[in-house]
Amino acid sequence: MVENRRWLTILSHAILILGVLAIAFPLWVTFVASTHSLEAIMQVPMPLMPGDQLFENYSQVLTAGTNTGSKAAVAQMLVNSTVMALVIPLGKMAISIIASFAIVYFRFPGRMFFFWMIFVTLMLPVEVRIIPTLQVITDLKLNNTYAGLTIPLIASATATFLFRQFFMTIPDELAEAARVDGASPMRFFWDVLIPLSKTTMAALFVIQFIYGWNQYLWPLLVATDESMYTTVIGIKRMIVGSDAANEWNLIMATAILAMLPPALVVMLMQKWFVKGLVETEK
Amino acid sequence: MAAVSLRDVKKSYTPELQVIHGVNMEIKDGEFIVILGPSGCGKSTLLRMVAGLETISGGEIVIGERVVNNLEPKDRDIAMVFQNYALYPHMSVFDNMAYGLRIRGLSKEEIDKRVQKAAEILELKKFLDRRPRALSGGQRQRVAMGRAIVREPQVFLFDEPLSNLDAKLRVQMRGELQALHRRLGTTSLFVTHDQVEAMTLAQRMIVMNAGRAEQIGAPLEVYARPASTFVAGFIGSPPMNLIPKDGKLLGVRPEHLEPCAESEAMLTLEVDLIEPLGADTLVYGHIGDGASTRIAARLPADRPAQAGKLAVRYAPSNAHWFDPASGRRIES
Repeated sequence: MVENRRWLTILSHAILILGVLAIAFPLWVTFVASTHSLEAIMQVPMPLMPGDQLFENYSQVLTAGTNTGSKAAVAQMLVNSTVMALVIPLGKMAISIIASFAIVYFRFPGRMFFFWMIFVTLMLPVEVRIIPTLQVITDLKLNNTYAGLTIPLIASATATFLFRQFFMTIPDELAEAARVDGASPMRFFWDVLIPLSKTTMAALFVIQFIYGWNQYLWPLLVATDESMYTTVIGIKRMIVGSDAANEWNLIMATAILAMLPPALVVMLMQKWFVKGLVETEK
Repeated sequence: MAAVSLRDVKKSYTPELQVIHGVNMEIKDGEFIVILGPSGCGKSTLLRMVAGLETISGGEIVIGERVVNNLEPKDRDIAMVFQNYALYPHMSVFDNMAYGLRIRGLSKEEIDKRVQKAAEILELKKFLDRRPRALSGGQRQRVAMGRAIVREPQVFLFDEPLSNLDAKLRVQMRGELQALHRRLGTTSLFVTHDQVEAMTLAQRMIVMNAGRAEQIGAPLEVYARPASTFVAGFIGSPPMNLIPKDGKLLGVRPEHLEPCAESEAMLTLEVDLIEPLGADTLVYGHIGDGASTRIAARLPADRPAQAGKLAVRYAPSNAHWFDPASGRRIES
């Protein structure tokens, strides 16, 4: 804003504070609920200050789940979610970066055809192809395995496209200089492209980690065994029937646990993430 | 170091689209050759064919004793300096220079020795730990040259290496390039569209036009006896005046026109633009031949020029004659 008027500053701050409250308040309620006993939060109005059951609630869900709903330990779910949220981005990147390398740096018959084939799959997210995919996974007996949870989500046109766009901004002379230097294509890939792609990879990792962590529909179908529940599915399984029967304090504790890892990843990788989206190191 | 031969070298992308129409040249061991031409004339393509970055559609390129047509760039024993330097952005100056040597599997001591020596020559010692991003344009240019030097190749290839520098730095780097060539004596091929670079750097030059070598020769020889109207018009600033006369084309350099009395006039200019440059004055005008041919004359600065008629003459020995149809020089 060019003008510097006091009331405008106050107004804009007020709006921003309201916005922050609108987002932060539900999170606060969730946290507060996870620190009380079930009786305490069932009162009307609900307490808005943390209670004294924090340790009890969290240790119970981590080791034994809920009493009325699912009894699976959340600790195992966090492990499952972590595996899923790590394997998906790493798998996606490994496949996409090689695919983009081939598409950008090599001339082979059908190059553009394959690029467009990859591109077209953007229109086919998991939800659209979920029934045939489930059939395939079931026929391969991959239900309730990490492979079944992750492989169908690894195929990614988005990442391939992102890497392709990034590679196309790298001047051709760099590849030619490497060729004159005697670097084989794979040597160029490892020594030049991978180091230059670091920031792009970091951005992609953050986005895909959250994507993998928050998967709901697919693990709901594939992970039917308690030991394979992800955290998000765990929350769903804790909710049984009528409102009164649910142990909301424990469910909220699980919700907080489900929110923490993506938040941590974003916070820790924020610098790299922003760099990867806005800046290219050239 | 090695001699380089281009034997009827041709390049076509499709049967219809031919960009190099057979270039022949014998480059002597240690010679500094400049390939000069306007953009799109195929000069960079020719250089890239020598480098091995473009395939050769016809003819042969020989480096030393070997026909290199089917060799990869790394096996041709050449080094190339690119217009935009093409430094590896994520590597230090040292690593940029050492990368090719590491791939070739040289020992650590040998790599260190060669890089230190090149850094010494190019005054880059202070910057060996820096990334290219932290260097100025001229320093990056030097790193690119260092990367070529450490390889100790048979031939240096330069693809317009000075065109990304500002005017002052370009003059300075030109001098450094000359000194470097004197010191190392490596056969060099240098592509440029800048005639000043070509005139000052070349021992011999190739003037290219539309995929053909119009003329090959020492710079002053090319300047003094242009083989075609294209060369006459491309080299020299302002270019040679070309005047239709007696069914032929008369070529006279602006500096060979001198003012004279009207009775002795060989040409009479209708002056319409005067550019005093300090050292001399450029006078532009038409001659009254109906064809409105435009003429430039370079006059000494101490002669005040003015609009109106200007009578000039030239020595017959400074006249060049060209065939109007083919544009080729007519030897007298």
